[in-house]
Order: sequence, then C-alpha cells, then structure tokens
Amino acid sequence: MSDRPGAGADIVWQAGSPGLGAPAGTEWETVIGLEVHAELLTGTKLFSASPNAFGGEPNTQIDPVCLGLPGTLPVLNRHAVELAIRVGLALGAEVRPSVFARKNYYYPDMPKNFQISQYDRPINVGGSLELPSGKVVGIVRAHLEEDTGKSTHVGGGGRIDEAAWSLVDYNRAGVPLLEIVSHPDLRSAAEAREYVTELRATLLAVGASDGKMEEGSLRVDANVSVRPLGSAEFGTRCEIKNVNSLRSLGRAVEHESRRQIDLLSSGERVTQETRHWNEDTGRTSLLRSKEEATDYRYFPEPDLVPLVPDEAWIEQIRAELPLLPRQRRHRLAAATGQLPARVALVVERGQDELALAAGEAGAAPAAVLKHLEQNLADGTGRLTAPGLAELIGMEARAELSSNQVKEVLAEMVRSGESPAVVARRAGFEAVAAGELAAVVDGIIAEHPAEWQRLRTGDDRERKKMQGFFTGQVMRATKGQANGRDVAALLEDRAEA
Amino acid sequence: MSAAGPAAAIASAVRAGDRSAISAVEESLAAIDAAGELGAFNAVTAEAALARAGAIDRAVEAGEDPGPLAGVPVALKDNICTRGVPTTCSSRILEGWVPPYDATVVDLLGAAGAVIVGKTNMDEFAMGSSTENSAFGPTRNPCDPERVPGGSSGGSAAAVAGGLTPLALASDTGGSIRQPASLCGVVGMKPTYGRVSRYGLVAFASSLDQIGPMASTVGDAALLYSAIAGHDPLDSTSIPEPAGDLTGALAGDVDGLRVGVVSELCGDGIDGDVRARLDAAATALASAGAQVGEVSVPAAVFGLSAYFLIAPAEASSNLARYDGVRYGLRVPAPGAVDMNVATRTAGFGDEVKRRIMLGTFALSAGYYDAYYGKAQKVRTLVVRDFAAAYERFDVLLAPTSPTVAFRFGERTANPLAMYLSDVCTVASNLAGHPAISVPFGSGSDGLPVGVQVLAPALGEHVMFRAAAALERLLTGAQAPEGATEPVEAKP
Repeated sequence: MSDRPGAGADIVWQAGSPGLGAPAGTEWETVIGLEVHAELLTGTKLFSASPNAFGGEPNTQIDPVCLGLPGTLPVLNRHAVELAIRVGLALGAEVRPSVFARKNYYYPDMPKNFQISQYDRPINVGGSLELPSGKVVGIVRAHLEEDTGKSTHVGGGGRIDEAAWSLVDYNRAGVPLLEIVSHPDLRSAAEAREYVTELRATLLAVGASDGKMEEGSLRVDANVSVRPLGSAEFGTRCEIKNVNSLRSLGRAVEHESRRQIDLLSSGERVTQETRHWNEDTGRTSLLRSKEEATDYRYFPEPDLVPLVPDEAWIEQIRAELPLLPRQRRHRLAAATGQLPARVALVVERGQDELALAAGEAGAAPAAVLKHLEQNLADGTGRLTAPGLAELIGMEARAELSSNQVKEVLAEMVRSGESPAVVARRAGFEAVAAGELAAVVDGIIAEHPAEWQRLRTGDDRERKKMQGFFTGQVMRATKGQANGRDVAALLEDRAEA
Repeated sequence: MSAAGPAAAIASAVRAGDRSAISAVEESLAAIDAAGELGAFNAVTAEAALARAGAIDRAVEAGEDPGPLAGVPVALKDNICTRGVPTTCSSRILEGWVPPYDATVVDLLGAAGAVIVGKTNMDEFAMGSSTENSAFGPTRNPCDPERVPGGSSGGSAAAVAGGLTPLALASDTGGSIRQPASLCGVVGMKPTYGRVSRYGLVAFASSLDQIGPMASTVGDAALLYSAIAGHDPLDSTSIPEPAGDLTGALAGDVDGLRVGVVSELCGDGIDGDVRARLDAAATALASAGAQVGEVSVPAAVFGLSAYFLIAPAEASSNLARYDGVRYGLRVPAPGAVDMNVATRTAGFGDEVKRRIMLGTFALSAGYYDAYYGKAQKVRTLVVRDFAAAYERFDVLLAPTSPTVAFRFGERTANPLAMYLSDVCTVASNLAGHPAISVPFGSGSDGLPVGVQVLAPALGEHVMFRAAAALERLLTGAQAPEGATEPVEAKP
C-alpha cells in the first residue's frame, strides 16, 4: 500500500515549489524515502492455512479464504505477528495495539477487491535503522498486510489495458507482508542502496524474510524529490514503482532525480505522481497522477478484532532476538579498535565471529581484518580461528613469505588444517636462512654489473637494483623466499 | 414443559426409534412440493436429504444417537454456504457458483443429526424487508398469499409458517430474522453477536450479521440455537467460550422478572394493532408476576440512520468481490474494468446497487467522518443507552415490526418506507445483543403480530425464559412443574 492518500499525515513530504526559477548553477540535493515490502517467512498465509511458498504451479497454494470466496473469514496468523514484532523491535519501534483495515480498490489479482492492511493504527510505530556508514535513517512505521495475486498480461506490452488476455495466479494472494516505511532521510542513490542492504540484513538476521529481491520477496518503492542544497523545505515527490533489484533502485533514483532537476532548472514544476521504472529503457514514465489516485475508502476490518499483543509475549520475543548487524559491527569495532564503518564488510560477510575468536586467540586485529577483507572474500570454509591466529603469528615472525601465507590460507579454507601442517607439506620451510644466503650470493655472482650499480648508484638506482635482485631471488626460489629476509641479505652483502 | 414443538417431537421420535428420519424428510419434501406457489425455496436437495435421512435411520438401528436434531428437516437461507449445492443469495451475480465448502453451521447441523432439505429465498444479499428484492421472484406469506412474508429471510419464515420444514436457519443484519418471523407468525431469534459462527455466511454487513433460528415454537428455536451456538476458530469475532446451556430457561417463570417496555418504540409510526398486541403482552407478563415498567432508550430510534450508513458501508466493501473474474456471472466486455462494470450492472438488482452506492459514498475521503465515523459514534450511544436500561430491567419488550404483513408492491416505490420496517430491530444488531420475536396473536385483519424480547449481550437464557413465558401466556398453557427441565430432554 504504497500510495495511501492518508499516509501524508505520517510522512513529511510536502508539496512545494522550491527551485522554481532556480538560478543557473544551483546545486541540488536528492531526498529519498523508501517503502519496503517484505514477505514474511511464515509456513502459511496471513489469514488462512495455504502454504506460503514461492514458485509452485499457478493456483495450487490456495484455499477458500485466500481466494476471498463468499462467506469466508480471515483468521490472523500468529507467527506473522511474531515476525512483525521481531522486525519492529529490531528497528527500535514501539510495538502498539493495532487495527486491521480494508483498503478498497479493484484489481483482478486481488480476490476480495480489498486488501486487508493496517492504516491509522499500525503494529510498529517509529524506530530507526543505523547504516554501516553510521548514518541513522528514521522509520515511520512497519505494518502488516496481505499480498495480492500475480497477473500476467499477455500481449499489448504487458499492461492490463492493452493486453489480449490476462492470467492470474493466486498463490501469492494472502502471503503476509510487512511494509516498512522510512522517513525521507536518504540523500543519494548510494544511500538508498545502503539502506535496503542494511534493512535486508536485519530482516534476515531476525528470520523475518528471505530478502530475495529477484523472487519479489523484498520489494521497494522509492519516493524521490529534489531541492536546492541547503533548502529546509522538501520538493514535490514522485513515487517510483517496479524497482526489482538494488541496481535498479540506484539507477531509478538517479534517473528520477536527474529528471526532476532538469524540470526545475528549466523553470518547470514537478507534479506529484506515481511513475513506473523501466529497466530496459532506464527511464521512469507516468503511471498515474495525483488526481487519478484511488480513494481507498479505508475502514476498520470488521471480520478481525484489534490486535493487542501481550506485553509478556513482546518481552519474550525481545529476549530471543539475535544480535543485529548493527550490534555486530559495534562489537567487532570495539574489539578491534576500529570504527564500525571500517568493519562493516567483515560483518556483512558474516565473518565477525571468526574475527573475534581469532583476536581472542592472540592474533593482531589489523592482520585479522586484512586477511578477512582481502583474502577471504569467497568465504572462510573450514578455516578455524586458532588456525588463522597461528598463521598470522607465523607471518609476523616472517616464517612464511606473503605468497606462501596466501597459499597456506587457501589450503586451510579447504582442509581446515593448521598452518604448520599445510606449510610443512608444501615444503615452505625449505628456503631456510642458510640456503637463501647461498641463492643470494649465487645471483650476485651472476650479475656483477648490476651489483655494481646497486652498490654505487644513487637512491633511485639502488632501489631499482634491489627490485631486480629480489625478483631474481624470488624466481630462483619459486616465490617461496621471504621478501624481508632477501632485503636483509642484500643489505648485508652490499655493506660488506 | 408445554407441548413439544414439531422439531422436538420429530427428534424425540427418531432417537427413540418410533419414527424414521426418512418419513419425516419425505413429509417435508412433499409439503415443499405442494407449496411451490409460495416461492419459499430456491433449491430443494431432495436426493441428498433422503440419503442423509437413511444414514440417520441406520445409525439409530445400530444403537447410536444421531443427536438432538435427529431426522429434523431444516431449511437454510440461501446465503449460507453448502458444499456442492449452489448458494445464490437470490442474486444473478452468483449464477453458477457452487461453494467448495460448508458453513460452520452446516457442519454443526450435521453433527446434531439434522437433515438439510433445501435453500430458501431471500432479498438479494439480504438487503430488503419483503423478499421482493429476490432475483428469482418473491416469496408469498403463507398467512395471506397477497402479502409479503417480510425479509430478508422471507423464504425461511414462509417455510416454517407454511409447515414445509419445522426449522429453518436465517441471518439477521438489521432484523432479517425477526421481522419476517413477526409477519409470518413464527418464532425468530437473533443471537448475541459472536455466539454463532459466521464462517460460510455470505457477508452483507460483517459487524451486524448473525445466523439464527426460525421455528414454530420458542422451544424448537432454542433447540436449533443450542445446536449452532458456540466458539468457532474460523470466525475471529466468535466469542471464545462455550454458549451456556439453556437448561431451565424454557420452563422458568417470570415471577419478579423486570421487563422494560421501550417507550420510543411504542408511539408514532407503530400501527395500532401492533401496539395493542404489545400492550397485551406486557399485561400478560405483569399478570404472571413480572415487574413491568416503561423505559426510555433514545438511541434505539437514531439507530436506524446509523444502521443505514454502517450496513451499506460494509456491504460496499463485502460485495466488491463479485467482479466476474473468479466465479459467478461474467458479462464479457473488452478490458477488465469494462467487464467488471458490465457484470455488476447486469448481476446486481436495484436495491443492492443503491446500498453499494450509499456505502461507497459514506466511506469516501472527506465524507468518512461525517457519515461512517458519526454512525459508529451513534452505535456507541446505542450500547450506552441499552446499558442504562439494563441496569433497571432484565429484558426489554418492543414491537418486532411497526406493521403487520403488507401487500406486494406497497413499499417498493419508496425505499425509505421500506427501511422503516427495520426501526424496531436494528438497535439489537448495532449493540450486538440477542433478541427474539414471538408471535403474540393477530391484528384486526387476522394477520399475525410478533412481540420482541431484547436482552443484554450473552443474555440468551433470560431472553428465552421471557419468550417461553409469553408463548405460554398466549396459549393459556400452564407453566410446567419442574423449572429445570433441559431443552433436549428425551421423552
């Protein structure tokens, strides 16, 4: 229910006309608020017993209630309420007694021609979401509603008005949704993407949704407006629908923002309307104007009683909440002495538990983060925290070259063995100190002219020649020599 | 207890093995067949009924008890869903639709041993007070075929009044059980909102609809009510506790019972004949020891206007699903919206369209507060006024209908005149309280007049007690010796 007429009471976008006749060279600021619909991970639908599952044969996951057959009545799914409360608590919202309402409009994939949603009394009110960057985005509300069926319009460009015929699949009808409405706190396409990424991670963490945008279990509508930088008032917003991926979100917001800036810069107005994002053309187009907006005639759903969750139940749900991505970032940041933003990638990859354990096993935090970020992007496999800590120790003691460290680490991910075992088997201990000295001396003897240049050349020349000799040594040892050891030997010989 | 009603008599005989269920059902089917000109039934399910009766007889032979309604033929208003049997709401728009499921009350009737014999005519989607709004033609009043049976449950009332079935189920949104009961001279009762499951009742106005019994005696009505009352997890508005049993209610005397006659429903707009019978009922109760007084319930009268905003508002939403997409009538047209419009234009009758428009308007942006919102506040006042009255009285007494049965066509030209038929009954729906209409003699032209006993929420026991007393007082029957005889006592 993204374009509720009454929602303006909650959402502070105001129609206005900043920018009219804006002087050339005006800098613009984009203002974005997002409405995210998340399908909740329940076993059954919001008001009936059909399975809530993606991808079944059309019209196989249905029952008299979700088809809205005459005489049927909704019965609220307790698990959906629990998941909604989990999300609310994760967002720091106030969980309130709520009332379901009917949102009345006609569409063939909506079985009753009204959607049971929540209107003036949603279950979750307020709250916020802290992004990895540290920015805090306000949440207006997060309310429960039922999903509609799915239409496929055949012919005529896929729109219902021009289609030759339409097929309707009611498997999705009645699937529980949580609509999470943000304040217009976002200022760029990148921030919008960051918000959705963080919200998705939070939904996954509390087990409320699988967050699959490609399957439509997470859907985003973007409200976009622009205003001259520094303006205190909001511009007139447009709502962008049909944004089906993070990439589309970024593109759609950028396109729409550009469109509005172009309008205002040329002295025209932005009109409040709903626009459709076309992924193929990379443009938004008018879906309906404000004047065409439906009067949804909301009224309290008489077939359901007010939803008043027990305080004890709410507290139990709160106590059972897992650590949220935000909390995990702060925890790892504290343990590593870094800023939360600095450790976000490791948390996003779910490697923070390993990082913390490796730190507890004695590894230097900076080295742990470096390996996780640079060498373990594809996952940590069977790597253990003590193993990682041991490897970092060997690296610090220069027992392995940096190439060897990478190879050993890759093998530890595969096998879960300790670094000592892996290094020994790979023969990485073979280039012992004496052996390396012999290799270095041999190469010096083979290249007297270059050696002379190293010894007598200026700084630049000396550096260049150091690189040359190091390269030769590495080639001779097939990269297994420790760079620091090679440098020390070269220095030692040069000073002799 | 006074003479058992026909339903209780059949059940007793069938359970005792003195009579076959088949014979009871055959008798009912024959009566329905003979009374075809009444137009009481939309569908008769003779074959299924006989098969079911046979199963009941075999159960009795096997020593099992088929239940308190063993072998009793029951008619269902045609807005109660029956698996495999068309459920039309007397509307063209549901043409061809066959429910794939049974209403909860249908399951409960089966569990009680009842035999459903058919579906009865009604005003389309229960909107009306004369059954003239049926798409399949009107039902005639068995007391006078030139007159309406009332509505919207005219078919169920006529079935019982004409002796076609001893029992019928109907629905009451603003008086649709009680008003036709009054006009046809039978008993009709609306339970407390939430006492009887609405699952499978095609919705008219969800916050007002209740299924209830129609019968020829108060005892039979209680018997049917007891079979269908109780909690249903499929209806979220169902009261989550068992319906208390009515033991003792039917035999209880009214000595000391405080009975308030609603003064606002005794004056202008109420026919002299009706007032006379109400006075007679009050006098009879007083003579039997009740403390009868007058009580003012001002909101009972404002109730009608609130009702005609709330009910259409809910109906406008409930009836939105009839769009030609999934079931029922479809009038082809180019484009989905055109098809919706063509289907609804052809499928709904005038009264249904009128109420959909009224309700749509009442819910519209800018009008919601003035209409729907205000009507809900009046509803709160109705509850408050009733609460005040029940501080002083155990039950209230009022007319059921302002007039006796009227002639066909008499009110169809003027919807407002038709709406006034509900003035005495809607307040109970707005408050969610139980009420029962009991025949109490007839007017000067010999047409039946019912009086209404109203009780507070969950007050079915005291309501039945007063209603049974009225029935005895009318017939001059003596109160039974024992006051503890259970409703379903075996002979």
